[in-house]
Amino acid sequence: MENSVLIRTENLVKVYPMGEQSIVALDDVNLSFQKGEFAGLVGPSGSGKTTLLNILGSLDSPTRGSAWVLGEKVETLSHKRAAELRNRHIGFIFQTFNLLPVYSVYENVEFPLLLLGLSPPARKKAVMDALEWVHLAERAKSRPNQLSGGQSQRVAIARAVVKKPEIVLADEPTANLDAENSHHILRTMEDINRELRTTFVFSTHDDKVIQHLRRKISLLDGKVAKDEIMKPAEETLS
Amino acid sequence: MIIPKLAFRNLVGAGMKTWLNAAVLSMAYVAIIWTQGLYIGFDADVSRVMIETEYGGGQYWMEKYDPFDPFTLQDAHLPLAGPMQNLIIRGKATPILIVQGTLYPGGRILPVLLKGIDPEQKLLGIASSVLKATDHEIPALIGSRMAQTSGLKKGDFVTVRWRDANGTFDAKDLVIVEVMTTIDQGIDVGQVWLPLQTLQEMAKMTSQATIVVLDKNFGAAQAVSGWTFKGLDYLLKDIKDIIQGKTIGSSILYTILLFLAMLAIFNTQVLSIFKRRKEIGTMMALGFSRGKVIELFTFEGALQGVLAALVGAVYGIPLLAYTAIHGYGLPGNQGDNFGFAVSEKLYPTYSAGLVLGTTALVFIITTFVSFLPTRKIARLRPTDALRGKLR
Repeated sequence: MENSVLIRTENLVKVYPMGEQSIVALDDVNLSFQKGEFAGLVGPSGSGKTTLLNILGSLDSPTRGSAWVLGEKVETLSHKRAAELRNRHIGFIFQTFNLLPVYSVYENVEFPLLLLGLSPPARKKAVMDALEWVHLAERAKSRPNQLSGGQSQRVAIARAVVKKPEIVLADEPTANLDAENSHHILRTMEDINRELRTTFVFSTHDDKVIQHLRRKISLLDGKVAKDEIMKPAEETLS
Repeated sequence: MIIPKLAFRNLVGAGMKTWLNAAVLSMAYVAIIWTQGLYIGFDADVSRVMIETEYGGGQYWMEKYDPFDPFTLQDAHLPLAGPMQNLIIRGKATPILIVQGTLYPGGRILPVLLKGIDPEQKLLGIASSVLKATDHEIPALIGSRMAQTSGLKKGDFVTVRWRDANGTFDAKDLVIVEVMTTIDQGIDVGQVWLPLQTLQEMAKMTSQATIVVLDKNFGAAQAVSGWTFKGLDYLLKDIKDIIQGKTIGSSILYTILLFLAMLAIFNTQVLSIFKRRKEIGTMMALGFSRGKVIELFTFEGALQGVLAALVGAVYGIPLLAYTAIHGYGLPGNQGDNFGFAVSEKLYPTYSAGLVLGTTALVFIITTFVSFLPTRKIARLRPTDALRGKLR
């Protein structure tokens, strides 16, 4: 595997047993993602976008085939090692934000850093930097229920990038946002992608998101139907 | 240190729910300590009263004496042996002669124990000094329960019949010089106290006694021929057994109380895991392993136990201190229902062992009960958790 390839899948198959039948969510998926990509998995509901993201995020394992993330073979990882991989190298952004409700904005963003064992001053700097990126430093003390949808997703982005991970996986990040907030969110993620060279992989069927993608991978019935470069990278990221 | 920190944040963040749980659990803490303290205080109080009014530091029993067999009383008397005389002269012991008799108050027949006691004795908390020189030939002291049963009151004359050492029955009138109030039924019910010498003369048992009570601070008693020494362990055994029985009863009660509190914790924890499954999924996505999530939830439960102890301390310490200082009054005449000396007010005793032991016990059980539902997490897949599913 080349140094710049962070993620690679080989003949990836995921089958969900449903009683006596089974549903093939991913069917022989072969993909690779390089450092600094801003790529999207596009397709209708049930096309396997979220399943693929879950496997790439080591939250799930394939039924057959293999997925390598940062050189680690996902299907062979122990629960503990997979958790470590997620903690150190992968950021997640969810459709429903998934902020921890009893924590403040600051504490939500700080959460991944606590597991990394950073010193309090280092944590504080990283959290405030991340909140600056998403323009929410002034809301550090707010609770998630005091934020709008757009603000919540920006906090989720800050949480995903605070540890400066190599990869950010975003599952329908704009699905619950209006057009203006979606635009802001995507601009924020593009900025981070540019500034930190973070690889972003989205799942989406939102046209607003698709317009921002530099690579569009269309999934249909669990298969890669099309893999196309939408626009060249704005910087050399490898 | 991340787990304690997050657990603390979660508890603080949960707000009212945390405080309600802590309040319920704290009641278990306080109630357990209070009831156990009450029984410890009860035990100490009963022992103290019985020692002060009846048992002293132990008793020599004339070897034929059996308090549970009134027929033994006819022969249960013996002249006081030399060593006993010495103790009595030094004020370290006091003899009591016990003779079976019959009172005839208001035409009724009332079997009683006539007990002769030295009016000068100060060893037992009995108002025997009222039996000192009076104008009456046979002055008698009775307790309030005896007065109620017999219908006698201070100043009343009543005929008493007894059998002397020769087997001859005799009868005379005695006068009630005082009705004493005592919490010890053992020196009251069915008993009439007379001056020792008077009873010895009536029963023709000069210088004889049935039992000799030792001073409560008396050390080891030596063997005396014809007499059997009964220490406090023996004398208080029945009472201790009864209290032990009541303590077991209260233990069952507090076990139920603890069980209910634990059920609340368990239920809360199960609900919490169900309600927070998406949060669990998020934590896993952010890098928490299942073990860490289990650790976090268990620690939250344990912290809940600590918080409950602190909440309990806030209202429990003043409450328990108040009852320890001012006592807990038994309603009505409940004390008599126990069958032994119980003060009108019980003073609970809270030892460090009781408080720390109870706190540790509740804490350990709370932690364990908090851990049980978290086993579900061990079977939870992050993707299911994120979707809000719980298997």
